[in-house]
Amino acid sequence: MRFSDSFFPQRFGITTHDLENYMAEALSAGGAYADLYFEYLSTSSISIDESIVKSAAQGVSLGVGVRVIAGERTGYAYSGDLSPEKIRHAARVAACIAKGPATVEKVSLSEGARRNLYPVLTAPTETAFADRVDLVKRADRAARSYDPRIFQVQASYADNLRHVLVATSDGVLSWDRQPLARLNVAALARANGDVPQRGHAGGGGRVDLAFFLNEKTPEHFAAEAAREAIVMLDAVDAPAGEMTVVLGPGWPGILLHEAVGHGLEADFNRKGVSAFSGRIGQQVASPLCTVVDDGTIANRRGSLNVDDEGHPTGCNVLIENGVLRGYLQDKLSSRITGAAQTGSGRRESYAHIPMPRMTNTFMLGGQSDPAEIIRSVPKGLYCPDFGGGQVDITSGNFVFSAAESYLIEDGKLTRPVRNATLIGNGPEALKYVSMVGNDLKLDEGIGICGKDGQSVPVGVGIPTIKIDRMTVGGTA
Amino acid sequence: MSGNGYAALAAEIVAQALAAGATGAECTVSEGDEFSAGVRMRAVETLKEAGSRAVGLRILKGRHTGSAYTSDLAPDGIRRMVRSAVELADITTEDPHAGLPDPEELGSLPGDLGLYCPDVESLATDAKIDMACRAEDASLRADPRIANSEGASFDTHVGQHAFANSRGFAGEYRASYCSLSTVPVARQGESMERDYWQTAARGVVGLEKPEDVGRIAAERTLRRLGAVKVETKRVPVVFDPRTARSLVDNIFDAVHGGAIYRNESFLAGKLGERVGSDKLTVIDDGTIPGLFGTSPFDDEGVPTRRTVVIENGVLRSYLLNTYTARKLGLRTTGNASRGLAGNAGVGNGNLYIERGAEPPERLIAGIRDGFYVTELIGFGVNIVTGDYSRGAAGLWIRNGELAFPVSEVTIAGKLPDMLLNLEAVGADLEFRGSMAAPTLVLAEMTVGGR
Repeated sequence: MRFSDSFFPQRFGITTHDLENYMAEALSAGGAYADLYFEYLSTSSISIDESIVKSAAQGVSLGVGVRVIAGERTGYAYSGDLSPEKIRHAARVAACIAKGPATVEKVSLSEGARRNLYPVLTAPTETAFADRVDLVKRADRAARSYDPRIFQVQASYADNLRHVLVATSDGVLSWDRQPLARLNVAALARANGDVPQRGHAGGGGRVDLAFFLNEKTPEHFAAEAAREAIVMLDAVDAPAGEMTVVLGPGWPGILLHEAVGHGLEADFNRKGVSAFSGRIGQQVASPLCTVVDDGTIANRRGSLNVDDEGHPTGCNVLIENGVLRGYLQDKLSSRITGAAQTGSGRRESYAHIPMPRMTNTFMLGGQSDPAEIIRSVPKGLYCPDFGGGQVDITSGNFVFSAAESYLIEDGKLTRPVRNATLIGNGPEALKYVSMVGNDLKLDEGIGICGKDGQSVPVGVGIPTIKIDRMTVGGTA
Repeated sequence: MSGNGYAALAAEIVAQALAAGATGAECTVSEGDEFSAGVRMRAVETLKEAGSRAVGLRILKGRHTGSAYTSDLAPDGIRRMVRSAVELADITTEDPHAGLPDPEELGSLPGDLGLYCPDVESLATDAKIDMACRAEDASLRADPRIANSEGASFDTHVGQHAFANSRGFAGEYRASYCSLSTVPVARQGESMERDYWQTAARGVVGLEKPEDVGRIAAERTLRRLGAVKVETKRVPVVFDPRTARSLVDNIFDAVHGGAIYRNESFLAGKLGERVGSDKLTVIDDGTIPGLFGTSPFDDEGVPTRRTVVIENGVLRSYLLNTYTARKLGLRTTGNASRGLAGNAGVGNGNLYIERGAEPPERLIAGIRDGFYVTELIGFGVNIVTGDYSRGAAGLWIRNGELAFPVSEVTIAGKLPDMLLNLEAVGADLEFRGSMAAPTLVLAEMTVGGR
């Protein structure tokens, strides 16, 4: 597809000539670099509660963000109105970060090579609402029929379709159509008037609606949520203190997101405020660990054809056999430090300044049989499912909260235990990884990462791994 | 309550929805201008400035609802939004409790609630940058161990909020907000730590001095250096006001009408029962002039009010919007809250734990061996079961004094027990956001460490 046939030229009559003019305006006060980010976002959401479809909503938001960089300074302005006067006004406001005569010659844009990691012909957002309502109704029915002890079910479905256009003063002209969909199910179980327990499951990706009809059905997520709630009915208090922890495959990869991912974002490292600052080439994990951030996996929630600065995403090795290899770079950090961009510049919307962010972060599979890993633990905790996590990138301390976990006694899973937070220190925690399974799994597609007030969709993944020492925050 | 005619626009959209086939409608219009100046290492790092506006509509067709929103306020954009909201009502299920508030419940608080202060808009950009620079500079000059910083930022927001519904309510108000914060980074040998301090107010005149912001941020950061992990043990735990505020958030989740009618809160069905120690009184008050949780009406057009949630340990009220109140056979408490699209949720006004008599130093002085928590991270709170387990950092209390810094530990317990174990409440209540708490002493929690 040529630029002139893409969304913004077709819908709003935007030409390369317009873009070059806006950029000239943005650079008129002496800025060294400028970019424009146009966004047109359509969203839909449907939710069911008490078997009643209580809410259905859809909406549109659109706008353009103008950024100007001068040295280490960033000027930013945006407009929710795509009229030429409003865009030029935003460009003039952003331009004020620099003071002086224009220094950049005329910008000339060229269309780069294109690829499509999510060749979705009809995005879920473009399908009939009636088909999508069916997903939450099916999830509700399936969770309720899983077990008579399930007494509450909530299911929600949300999708969006984002059209973006990025133009930069170093000549990049890039556009993308980014579909995204997600189904979530939460179930509550109760036995004989005891304390209720909750189970949760969900997933999706940059997929078409057929994904939920053929691959990961509402029944799949419903059964998983209901199963977790029922399991937790028998949970005992979680243990407290340091012990061996085995993480199950898939979503527990959130460990990597918190323990190392954030700490390797280039903005923190260029400023010297990350616990990983200045550690490239050092051993920060056991030699069994290789961790990558890969934005190029087809149809994944965290994947992007191009990042939000118009740069192609890539597969970036963060840790190779335990040695720290590289940081996640955006445009600004790469300009300042001279490191190559890694396609990691992301933003929540046109109203936000891009930052280095993760895409899909996971550990490569190892040699061990997962069953053997559990058998090798005399006493410890097995955690196949987690809630959220958080990190203090300066001290390196991170947490992630187990949603489903079991005691390991004499190499066997015995009792499920109640929710507990696990805590560790980023540059230290992975040094205690003593076994890595051959069962790498990526999560089902539910991750949302927050940084500095901006949320973006991400993915994680991990094989079964054994960590010899980690602090578990229980009460027993 | 001066306005830009957005209440009239909201009322006009409601009329359009009725003409398009809705039997009821409510419309929110929101407009905001934001400004942000960031400095780092004494130089300007970012300047951001922009405005935006958007409108959201929820309609009823009988007892079916549909919602839509748009940032395109041109007549065509609004027509499209109205059409899609009305169409969506056909795919939702009839819900016997769906509806608008009763007409006699609608209204707006009279008088000036002090939500808008013109100095936020009139302050020059250079003056805003200067305040951020002074805050960061004060932290950098506090101690040689602070040689780095994540910077300081001065942020402002000025917004206009309007709401109208088909029962005749139309109202609008303007609100301003400004804040100044700084994040120093300190180093001592292998130990590197950061912390922050922030001041926020409706007007610039209400902010703490930049030099004080920097000094307090520096003190908080320096005292974390050289932190150790302690042995796992059960001890009294003291929450400083900043971390105590998160307990107010947990209590909010537990008295949220939606969690109550779904039976997914450990406080469901406990009205009139003892749920905390007699030291625990929790108030929600959306009427206090100038505070961050104040507004003349909630997001359904119901006046805000003062609600006693927990009184000396006894649960007196949930926090409710119209829908959750009807589900429970109760009346709304004026706590409806919503974004642009969808049904109203439940939000807090100024939700706080009532202050006690003792200064925090006196509370700490009474503890022989305990943990003073100054930071909590993670999301390990399960409101259904009350299971509580979070990452923590702070200072160890030995013989009534703050002895040494502690980090990479967890604190765990069960919220129902924690509320009952509230042993003492400090006198140091300050409103730094829409939730607030003084220093709190809990008799015992499990600290997870080595």
